[in-house]
Amino acid sequence: MRIWEPEYECMSRDELAQVQFERLQSTLNRVYRNVAFYRKQFNAINFEPGDMNDLSELEALPFTQSQDISDAYPYDLFAVPLREVVRVHSSSGATAKPIVVGYTRQDLRSWSQLVARVLTAGGVTADDVIQVTLNYGLLTGGLGIHYGAERIGASVLPTSVGRTDRQVKIMQDYRTTALVATPSYALVIADRMEKMGINPRTLSLKFALLAGEPWTEAMRKDMEERLYVKATDNYGLSEIMGPGVSGECLCQAGMHLNEDHFIAEVVDPATGERLEPGKVGELIITTITKEAFPLVRYRTGDRCSLDYSPCACGRTLARMGRVLGRTDEVLIIKGVNIVPSRVGDILEEVQGKRPAYQLLVEREKNLDKLTVLVEVSEDLFFDKMREQRALVDTLRKEVADGIGITPRMLLVEPGTIRREEETTPGVLDRRRFASQPYPDGGSCALGDPSYPASGLEGPQRKR
Amino acid sequence: MLRLKSVHTYYGKIHALKGVSLHVNRGEIVTLIGANGAGKTTLLRTVSGLTPAARGNVDYNGQNITRMQAEEIVRCGISHVPEGRKLFATLSVRDNLEMGAFVRRDRGEVRGDLREFRRKFPILSERWHQMAGTLSGGEQQIVAITRALMARPELLILDEPSMGLSPVLVKEIFKIIRRLREEGTTILLIEQNARAALHAADRGYVLETGRIILQGTSQMLLEHNEVKRAYLGKGYREVWEE
Repeated sequence: MRIWEPEYECMSRDELAQVQFERLQSTLNRVYRNVAFYRKQFNAINFEPGDMNDLSELEALPFTQSQDISDAYPYDLFAVPLREVVRVHSSSGATAKPIVVGYTRQDLRSWSQLVARVLTAGGVTADDVIQVTLNYGLLTGGLGIHYGAERIGASVLPTSVGRTDRQVKIMQDYRTTALVATPSYALVIADRMEKMGINPRTLSLKFALLAGEPWTEAMRKDMEERLYVKATDNYGLSEIMGPGVSGECLCQAGMHLNEDHFIAEVVDPATGERLEPGKVGELIITTITKEAFPLVRYRTGDRCSLDYSPCACGRTLARMGRVLGRTDEVLIIKGVNIVPSRVGDILEEVQGKRPAYQLLVEREKNLDKLTVLVEVSEDLFFDKMREQRALVDTLRKEVADGIGITPRMLLVEPGTIRREEETTPGVLDRRRFASQPYPDGGSCALGDPSYPASGLEGPQRKR
Repeated sequence: MLRLKSVHTYYGKIHALKGVSLHVNRGEIVTLIGANGAGKTTLLRTVSGLTPAARGNVDYNGQNITRMQAEEIVRCGISHVPEGRKLFATLSVRDNLEMGAFVRRDRGEVRGDLREFRRKFPILSERWHQMAGTLSGGEQQIVAITRALMARPELLILDEPSMGLSPVLVKEIFKIIRRLREEGTTILLIEQNARAALHAADRGYVLETGRIILQGTSQMLLEHNEVKRAYLGKGYREVWEE
């Protein structure tokens, strides 16, 4: 098995600790000097980076929350002047204001190196033809993978998302050997191949590198059997960098986290206390090489565990277990993070008052579908058909603009959505991999479970 | 091999190092970059025990040398070539070199080393009995480096080896530095001429008012905008090339 940067990926834990400490300290020096938010935070607790004696003292620092990034919109958390920034990415959906991240030239160099590492770990070499079906654009997925694949010297097919028939044709004709996709989209491709009567055995495909949303071992097995590939898991988030934060090697035993660039902790999401290795909690990441957009103890909201035991591949980097879900109510739909209450905010903006609403998430033929149910006043159903239509269109457009994906809108009569707790917006997640965002089940309004799995867009009469 | 962790050092009353952490691996050339007064020389003096750290840790091959006397540190395998050479001006080249071996008891091997260095640097033989103070700057620098090597160090610390030398001699000195590394000596280097230092080094740290704000491979630092602007600027080069 190949290793892209063995001098870092296989360094002794002891050497790694020194490297992490040095890089952490200089990162803290830089953010103290250049980012008002961190200067204020450090001053408040009288923290001086030069006084740290051990990596464990990182624990003394406060967390950075996604809200802090949103509040800093667009550039207030940048640690370099804009003229040093050569790329900007952005994602929306989880916070009121989009998250904006920047990269210096050096950041882009490290990024492509780190993506090259995880791609290499997943089996990709210079001889491969790699098809990147992630979004090319403001999101980090497509371009992030792209530059890493070029770095390796693979032949890159930047097909971006969608148009599955064309994807399959390209895969067949251009002899794609490595596929990069979200897990659900890889299965969509497999379904489509079946429909088109293409035998995956006749393809050149060897590897599938999957990222962007939680998935399961069962899905891996399914995918490997149907596409004849070795499928590996990958993890990344725009706030931290994008893809390349961690990725599985061909041992398929957890994602190697690039610890010489990121310090990972797992904490109890409720208390913020650090948990022992192996325990599942919220992943906290501190960037230690990023220049334009460094983050200290960022709460990713992703639930996972860390394994520091050596891996058969020879890498000494810790391994991240599968992301088991979110610590907050964030929903990951089609690889996009969405906070349900954000939808409520948008509905409120449009209608002037906050209506009762519910998000219904389903997976049909491996594709995520989001339906937003909104209660509207009774008279709208009887008298104003045209208004109904207009309202549905407006709401759909506004919600799509705000969260980044287009939902199906369903207007329902008052009282249809059961409200047990007014403050928590209701979510009904019917996807089979779904972790329980509400383990106790009763704390949110799940509504009537007999909602149709598919239905007409637009108003629906109460029976 | 060498590891510093949050080292604080006072130079007189000045808090010159405010928590510096760095490491040097065996066989590497590592350089420190920074403006005058950033704390580069203080850092070298802290490693070699001339200006001991007030807080923090200096580890060498797993041994804590933070509080050791300079002489003990030489015995551990670290030799320091100070800024401005600091030769014994009224002593001969030969006597200066013999002084460098003060920690060694193997007289026979010391004589062998002297022969070896005379072969390697013929200029030493030419000036063998001359008073060191009468030598040119470049010759003095060669004597100073050789004197440090007489202690058979694993780690050689060089403080501004090219200072006051003509460009031709600077090239010569850097050639020697690279050769020493090829022969197995590890080197920690500071230089006015950051560009030359980075070209010779594997990695570098950028020191700013007693704190490290950036580190990376030489290649990365040479291409880094902030480093370029602050330390590799044209003006800087001209000053050195005068």
